Amino acid sequence: MSGATKEKDPFIASLGKIYAGYTGGFAAFVVIIAILEQMGVPDRILGYMFVGLTIGVYAYIGIISRTQAVAEYYVAGRRVPALYNGMATGSDWMSAASFIGMAGSLYALGYGGLAFILGWTGGYMLVAILLAPYLRKFGQYTVPDFLGARFGGNAARLIGVIVLITASFVYVVAQIVGVGIITQRFLDVSFGVAVFVGLAGILVCSMLGGMRAVTWTQVAQYIVLIIAYLIPAFLMSAKITGVPMPQLMYGFALERIAELENGFRAAGMTPPPGVTGWHSAPFIGANGQFNIQAAVNFFALVFCLMVGTAALPHILMRYFTTPSVKEARQSVAWSLFFIFLLYFTAPAYAAFGKVEIYQTLIGQPIASLPDWVKSWQIMSPYGVPWINIVDVNRDGILQWNEFRIHPDVVVLATPEIAGLPYVIAGLVAAGGLAAALSTADGLLLALANALSHDIYYKMIDRNAPTARRLVISRVLLLIVAVAAAWTAGNAGADILFLVAWAFSIAAAGLFAALVMGVWYKKTTNTAACVGMGVGYVLTFGYLIHSEWFGLDFVQLFGSKDAIIAAARQVGTINQNFTSPELRAEAAAILANTAAVTDGALAWFGGIIGIPTDTVVLRNRVVGRLWGINNISGGIIGVPVAFLTIWLVSKFTTPPSQAMQDFIDDIRIPKGGVRLADKRDAVE
Amino acid sequence: MPLVESGSAPSNTEAPAVDPATAKAYWAKTSNLMWLVFCIWFFFSFVVHIFAPSLNSIKILGFPLGFYMAAQGSLIVFVVALFWFGKRQNEIDEEFGVQED
Repeated sequence: MSGATKEKDPFIASLGKIYAGYTGGFAAFVVIIAILEQMGVPDRILGYMFVGLTIGVYAYIGIISRTQAVAEYYVAGRRVPALYNGMATGSDWMSAASFIGMAGSLYALGYGGLAFILGWTGGYMLVAILLAPYLRKFGQYTVPDFLGARFGGNAARLIGVIVLITASFVYVVAQIVGVGIITQRFLDVSFGVAVFVGLAGILVCSMLGGMRAVTWTQVAQYIVLIIAYLIPAFLMSAKITGVPMPQLMYGFALERIAELENGFRAAGMTPPPGVTGWHSAPFIGANGQFNIQAAVNFFALVFCLMVGTAALPHILMRYFTTPSVKEARQSVAWSLFFIFLLYFTAPAYAAFGKVEIYQTLIGQPIASLPDWVKSWQIMSPYGVPWINIVDVNRDGILQWNEFRIHPDVVVLATPEIAGLPYVIAGLVAAGGLAAALSTADGLLLALANALSHDIYYKMIDRNAPTARRLVISRVLLLIVAVAAAWTAGNAGADILFLVAWAFSIAAAGLFAALVMGVWYKKTTNTAACVGMGVGYVLTFGYLIHSEWFGLDFVQLFGSKDAIIAAARQVGTINQNFTSPELRAEAAAILANTAAVTDGALAWFGGIIGIPTDTVVLRNRVVGRLWGINNISGGIIGVPVAFLTIWLVSKFTTPPSQAMQDFIDDIRIPKGGVRLADKRDAVE
Repeated sequence: MPLVESGSAPSNTEAPAVDPATAKAYWAKTSNLMWLVFCIWFFFSFVVHIFAPSLNSIKILGFPLGFYMAAQGSLIVFVVALFWFGKRQNEIDEEFGVQED
């Protein structure tokens, strides 16, 4: 198979047939399950069949794709065609959060939730124009490889690895939690067992075949997840509007929602906590009026998610696997297309779910709610019931603010809301599992490759034989996977909010150095290392400081009023979640409010005209610099990293001629790459 | 499937693939295209949504236009722009003769 990129490879040539056959097989399987259901086979058995068969197929692909070749293990032999790499990237990208959580966030936040839709798609524009073709031309194995070759060796490589590990580890833990939640719900096992079932599913895909196995399973997983996402949406649209075109028809659902919301308000009702009362209205506060903080937060989140997309190594490394620079560019476009198919359907789910709930449930006697509501009134791993009916005014009638639904239920319960048979619920579970497994695979591989290739091979033992390198990769993959599963099993769903941090951390740590490495020839080694370090430390430090030390944070950046408000907020939190020290500190502030002065950096906290404040989130008082939620922490780190790299480059030794030749080579698709340091060559 | 190392690893040639003048002109044109697509990205990621509150007064098939742009409109522009970018960049590659062999 040497020179595989040039001659027509029989495996690549028959990919279309293989995956068409696979899609047909999956459809036939769904039909068989549907028939079995009609014949009276219990739901639980059907659930086992769905999960068992899909994981079995992924395992089979993982096993037949096993490999002993380094280039196959790290970059799938660089022969993944643009279209298939696009599908693989799509499922690598779309996690449990996209599949299960996105529609629910849109249900709760209305227009505000569209920041996720925009942020998680637009970043691919940056990937395509700024990075992917050049990283592919550079053509080694990992993102830290590029940093090492461009910025003079191990210092840059090590900083890149640290950022990569921080961002990817929290992300992979969240995926394993997602696998656990789905497995627990549909197989009816405990969360701890579910996590390890999921872990086995992840490992069989990636352990033996590395990137090669992960690529071909991810394509298979994409097909399952997109079918599973679209079918219920089409059926729901047919039920509510009579036309099975959810993406076109939900405009009418949006109109109906606005009417219902106005009706509820006229009747003196308020929306439930966390749900907007004006579904389609942009940038509003709780009172429905324009709110500048809502607007700033919306755009800051869009920015951080986009830049983070373009800096997450498990995504960038997918573009190392295409046969050419040209295909790398096309592949980004295909990736975005396949992601788009799911993301432009998610708001339809949210709108149809909301119409159905508002129309048929609100105002009904609580005793006569439909069965699907009752079946979801069970405890979720988040510590509240999935659907929580709280009869606030005890009149036995369901009011607007008395129906509290966990965001994840919007997708998971759609089949039951629409009155569809269990086979569709099983399909949704299989899709959610495919989404979580594929992302976890990609992340674990990025983590294990950084440790085995970048740390062990490039930094510790340059003479390690191929066989040993691959053994070490697999052992590290196993260790990282078990560590992630252990963390997931212990921390549970409490850590899901950390996922959004991964974007800000990757954005602030890596994006500037990668982009300037290609686009600004004068970027020096020192500048890149300092820039990555500053971006990473500033952002990560800011996130931790504002999240866990919110009172301290506001005492530094906040005005006198903000500090007093924060101290009052401490008292509103359930005492089980606050430490005695924090309560004592807050009490001391409130006991002598006259003595409180503005924070030392309050001038900086108010520099853009929006004051720094705190909000109660996740049972903590969380600081917000300039009123921006820390989910968008990268908004400061990204520009600072760019500025640092540019400034330090001005004052340090310019790159050598050999380095400039190297940059010239990666900018042009044709020809080889003249490395500044020959020892960086791949083999 | 017997597997050995793929032969596609970049070789360390000493001479540049194209002469410096061509490389410079190529990069200027590539940069222009990058900035053009970057501006499209910026406009449809941020600028258009600043006007979402006023756009919402226009309704098409029930969709308030401001909501529609963030939920679908911008996404469609992103997808189309990326396919167009791939095509345009290939044309530039061929114009300067720097496409892969």
